[in-house]
Amino acid sequence: MDLRNIEDSLATWPPLARLGVTRRDFLRFTTIAGSGLTLGAIIPAAAKNSALTVLGVEGTPGDYSTPFVRIDPDNTVTVICKHVEAGQGVWTGLPAVVAEELDASWDQMRAESSPAKVPTYGNFAFGPKGNVQGTGGSTSMANSWDQLRHAGAYARAMLVQAAANRWKVPASEITVSDGVVAHKSGKKATFGELAAAAGKLPLPTEVKLKDPSQFKLIGREKKLPRLDSHAKSTGTQQFAIDVMLPDMMTAVVLRPPRFGAKVQSIDPAAAKAVPGVVDVVQIPRGVAVVARDTWAAKKGRDALKVSWDESAAEKRSTDALFKEYRQISGGAEAVKVESRGDADAALKKAAKVIDAEFEFPYLAHAPMEPLTAVARLSTDKCEIWAGCQFHTIDQVNAAQASGLKPEQVFINTLAAGGTFGRRATADSDYIAEVVSIAKATGGKYPVKLIWTREDDITGGRYRPATYHHVTAGLSQDGKLVAVKQDVVNQSIMAGGPMAGLIKDGVDPTSVEGGTTEQYEVENAHVTWTQAKVGVPILWWRSVGHTHTGFVKEVLVDELAQAAGKDPIAYRLTLLEKNPRQAAVLKLVAQKAGWDKPFPNGQAGPNGGRRGRGVAIHESFGTVVAHVAEVTVKDGTVTVDRVVTAVDCGIAVTPDVVRAQMQSCIGYGLSAALYGKISLTDGKVDQTNFHQYRVMRINEMPRNIEIHILPSTNPPSGVGEPGTPPIAPAVANAVRAATGIKLHKLPFDLAAAQAAKT
Amino acid sequence: MAIKLTVNNQPQELDVDPQMPLLWAIRDHLKLTGTKFGCGMALCGACTVHIDGQPTRSCVTPISAVAGKSVTTIEGLSTAAGKAVQTAWVGLDVPQCGYCQSGQIMSASALLAANSKPTDADIDAAMAGNICRCATYVRIRAAIHQAADSLPASQAKS
Repeated sequence: MDLRNIEDSLATWPPLARLGVTRRDFLRFTTIAGSGLTLGAIIPAAAKNSALTVLGVEGTPGDYSTPFVRIDPDNTVTVICKHVEAGQGVWTGLPAVVAEELDASWDQMRAESSPAKVPTYGNFAFGPKGNVQGTGGSTSMANSWDQLRHAGAYARAMLVQAAANRWKVPASEITVSDGVVAHKSGKKATFGELAAAAGKLPLPTEVKLKDPSQFKLIGREKKLPRLDSHAKSTGTQQFAIDVMLPDMMTAVVLRPPRFGAKVQSIDPAAAKAVPGVVDVVQIPRGVAVVARDTWAAKKGRDALKVSWDESAAEKRSTDALFKEYRQISGGAEAVKVESRGDADAALKKAAKVIDAEFEFPYLAHAPMEPLTAVARLSTDKCEIWAGCQFHTIDQVNAAQASGLKPEQVFINTLAAGGTFGRRATADSDYIAEVVSIAKATGGKYPVKLIWTREDDITGGRYRPATYHHVTAGLSQDGKLVAVKQDVVNQSIMAGGPMAGLIKDGVDPTSVEGGTTEQYEVENAHVTWTQAKVGVPILWWRSVGHTHTGFVKEVLVDELAQAAGKDPIAYRLTLLEKNPRQAAVLKLVAQKAGWDKPFPNGQAGPNGGRRGRGVAIHESFGTVVAHVAEVTVKDGTVTVDRVVTAVDCGIAVTPDVVRAQMQSCIGYGLSAALYGKISLTDGKVDQTNFHQYRVMRINEMPRNIEIHILPSTNPPSGVGEPGTPPIAPAVANAVRAATGIKLHKLPFDLAAAQAAKT
Repeated sequence: MAIKLTVNNQPQELDVDPQMPLLWAIRDHLKLTGTKFGCGMALCGACTVHIDGQPTRSCVTPISAVAGKSVTTIEGLSTAAGKAVQTAWVGLDVPQCGYCQSGQIMSASALLAANSKPTDADIDAAMAGNICRCATYVRIRAAIHQAADSLPASQAKS
């Protein structure tokens, strides 16, 4: 999917159009862009509090509110991060980029969240105008790379000039290393000592960025520990749920038992009788119980009586939905995604044909911090505290809910206790809720809204349930000659402000990463059918790739088997025009010892069967391959070892890249082995972690080895791309061990075996 | 009637619903927010605290059951085992989103206090109740081993 269209799509959406850049800003941006800064113009300004402040594109003299980098007299260098830290390490990675060009010492680096403000803090991966601030699509590093390198380089040049002026020596004789500015005469100064003087200097006309061969921090092992580890190991990291404002009340919301139901009538008496409950108010999404503490709010909600109008509610079960998906697949409503050659003719002539169906359930994101937000509302101001992932979209939605203008909404983005996509909603669901409650209670007190885990698991916004039907043909010599693939699922984009991204009737998030997109196939015909279901859906860590990658990699593995070829060798024949994926595949094969059989063959411990499987996938500009080794015993899959190779361009912080690969593996395995949201008559069957099972430490692969390909390409993302290939690598390993084909998630070996026989 | 207990070595008196889970008493009334809410059903371990040294899920422990007892939260963790665990956590960059890590650390430090050289199986048994959706498990395991190695057996409990 080309994320760059998000901006244009949103521009046609009335609430956001008001936030568009003014002509003045746009002129300034293009002028400066024309002078050599490609992304994110930087304007220096006089010192704020005797500090050097490097301003953003909207900065005007006297406006110090929107910098990228701040150097304070205490010698700290603070990088103002426009992206939310949700675990993916961006509050370490972005400071690393600045520190490198600044030649700072890592010890002096700090990270701070930016306010919501566009275009200053816009995400350029969402559009060239920077009209949307958001974190998603694994874009944070990629779209900040050039911008923050320039910010660091400008700040360095200004510090050097300040030292040159102070010491009355040529700037060319000054060096900067590890946070110390020095001259050969022996004179030295810290950044903090020079910041005030540097802040008064004019902007250098140009700066030279380092050649990657000169990098001292970027890509170096053990030099860039996370900036947030200490706070997160001592309980001092503040999340939205930790915000405590004077006189603040806590709210929970009773939402409809079925998606699409509405409040018919409320009997608040019992809820109001609970000690500590102060208000019961109806909001567009349900009924809020507001209380002096969380326990009282929860008890109040338990006591609350609401009757629902379910006339428009979704009442189908997921079993019925999958039956419908199968019926409409490739049918009258199907839209062409891709067509080349003549797939039908090629399949007729094929020596062997594989025909397979795949099913993927709805999945909840289930971040460890359930959705939480705090709002403080007055007649002319709305303040929000949340782990915002769509900062300026949240700003607009909060404005709508409060009746204020977007510029009267102030977003305080806090660290998010996980998101995996859940906090990036076009309607800012939980933020709109908290503002609605604050408005309904007249702004009498600040409100903290807490979603319970049950609210989270039953609350929708799931990875869409998806059905694939695929037919692939091989020639006599085992060559893949044709693929027909029909995909059915709901559209994430349709009906919302991002509908502009739907192209030629196809929602790219429904089909991205498909088989014929990533492998060379002469004859291909792919369709997508939009399912119309009243279950709210959303992007879930790696979005469409979660299912397209699985189908692709399991299919190709079965094709290799049908062709009598080795799975890696077979893939390489399909990747002749894709040297990047081929290189990743070769590396993972070598590191995993692909050519070396298990010492005892397939016999595992205690009568289990061992197997090894591979999968590779490209998403969000990054290529990841996993080799998984499994033991299957009594229908239970244990993943013993995973070897990973990743090409993400320059790995700015290699240990964060490794952490993200580990995280993607664990997250993807949760979905492969356990994850499922099902509905019975429209009601979600799972409510908490006992029913929505996720990976635990005893189930996590004991050995994970990550290998990063050296690269001089600009960095791409790592938050999502490790997820798609893990489930198919494990499915392929299970088939190698047992012959069982797993086409339905989560894996149920007994059911898969029964279906085969 | 107010309930008396000790939290992080400080005497506290809380005049709240006796059925209120310790978690919400700690967070909403004592404003100690390092202990996290994750599930409310003792399924995820994010709310783990020590009660008289024992790791306990505060989200299902009524405040009335803690009367007269000594509660330690992440803010008050000061045992040798606890410090060793935190040092290893920072040294190996265990946290990602970090939300579950207070609970992980409270479980891990209780494990080390009881068992100064845990095996992988011991770690599985003690830590399987703590969910991390970022799946930092590989590093959690490594950090527990590292903390154990850094700690003379006699010091873990002190």
